[in-house]
Amino acid sequence: MPTATVFDLDRAWDLHPQVSVRPEPFGALLYHFGTRKLSFLKDRGLLAVVQALATAPTARAACQDAGVGADDIPRYARALTVLARSSMLLERSPADDH
Amino acid sequence: MTIELQAPPARTERLVDLFEYGLDAPICLTWELTYACNLSCTHCLSSSGRRDPRELSTEQAKAVIDELEAMQVFYVNIGGGEPTVRPDFWELLDYATEHHVGVKFSTNGVRITPQVAARLAANDYVDVQISLDGATAEVNDAVRGRGSYDMAMRAMANLAEAGMTNFKLSVVCTRHNIAQLDEFKQIADRYGAQLRLTRLRPSGRGADVWDDLHPLPHQQRELYDWLVANGDQVLTGDSFFHLSAFGEALPGLNLCGAGRVVCLIDPIGDVYACPFAIHDEFLAGNVLGTGGFAGVWRHSPLFLQLREPQQGGACSSCAFFDTCKGGCMAAKFFTGLPLDGPDPECVQGYGEALLAGVRGEVPRPSGDHSHRTAPAKRPVSVTISRRDDLARPPVSFCEESPLAGADLR
Repeated sequence: MPTATVFDLDRAWDLHPQVSVRPEPFGALLYHFGTRKLSFLKDRGLLAVVQALATAPTARAACQDAGVGADDIPRYARALTVLARSSMLLERSPADDH
Repeated sequence: MTIELQAPPARTERLVDLFEYGLDAPICLTWELTYACNLSCTHCLSSSGRRDPRELSTEQAKAVIDELEAMQVFYVNIGGGEPTVRPDFWELLDYATEHHVGVKFSTNGVRITPQVAARLAANDYVDVQISLDGATAEVNDAVRGRGSYDMAMRAMANLAEAGMTNFKLSVVCTRHNIAQLDEFKQIADRYGAQLRLTRLRPSGRGADVWDDLHPLPHQQRELYDWLVANGDQVLTGDSFFHLSAFGEALPGLNLCGAGRVVCLIDPIGDVYACPFAIHDEFLAGNVLGTGGFAGVWRHSPLFLQLREPQQGGACSSCAFFDTCKGGCMAAKFFTGLPLDGPDPECVQGYGEALLAGVRGEVPRPSGDHSHRTAPAKRPVSVTISRRDDLARPPVSFCEESPLAGADLR
């Protein structure tokens, strides 16, 4: 399984195909069926960004689509980096049709 | 793992505080498929042994799985009894994983043959948990029954041989195995398994042996120190948060998840707040009711009540309440302690003092499916003699006289 160790905000990303997302009042639960790891998104804004990844040309664009202001983007990038490190996110080719 | 934005907005709360109000669906759902079991472990928390005639049928169980899929319950922890003795177990396992409900099942290993192990290793959505309560046959078999150590070791060897990695070796910590923690870790490492330690509860038959098996105060310290040293490599099912009152909080949520993030579906479809609380007091409903499992989870008055913020009661003035939260509800209940007070194993010693004052009957588990074939405790004395009111011995069929037995007087 390819594991992204570096997260590039200006590339296209998506949730790992084995990851399920369950929205909850506080944010969301993410479960990776391959690694059997559970993650919590403690923020609805982050959930919106994660959900926008599949259709956005870059992660930065996904942040913008989800209404994240320019000042907040570095914080979201750090959160996405943690997700990428644990294989919750995978880099995809921008041409991927979703 | 928690993905948290750094420098969060002021209103962000700790995850554990958010979980206090409950989730739309459980994270960790235990489903006991049958009360039938080939073993009779002395501490069985569901008092298992014999099948219950009301157990859910294959079709009813599949309907539950359909609901879990719709609710996005990512995985269920299947147990029993011994779930693999249900004839439809493998069918239900396949049905769940085909419907995106991952399965981790607990077994004593009785059915984990090389063929079964190969099949399990090939399914990414299945995890296996082998129960073992002693790192030696002597310690294990005293609790789980003769031959159960060899059975578990054989099952682990078969799983490892089949290429199954990272399955779980699950240990209930007792007075007799706390000294074996390093050996358990070695066994797990030998088979490529991950060690999981859980707490002995006074639930089910566990109530009968709790006084003899629960760790002594100095052993709790030993366990805590071991968990702090090995925490990231060992799973605990978040079951030792009462030990956090020793100092540093242990990894995990440190929250009683009953009715908030966990619950139990028992073999007949009854839904309880947690696997350790099989008692009418914690019965929320049944999956066969009109609202199904989702209806019970979302609307049962009991669960809504459990999702209110926890009151510390007698514990609220304790410096460790924030991490210990008064410990385990089920442990308190089945030892006769008030639910808003300290845990019977409170490491600050407040539980012990209270236990000494418990008078009269403590609550008993609601059901008992134990085998009825336990050996007699003592020999039955029999005296053989002749009845005084008979003049001669009773007549038997081999008596040749045609007048045998006739009273001719």
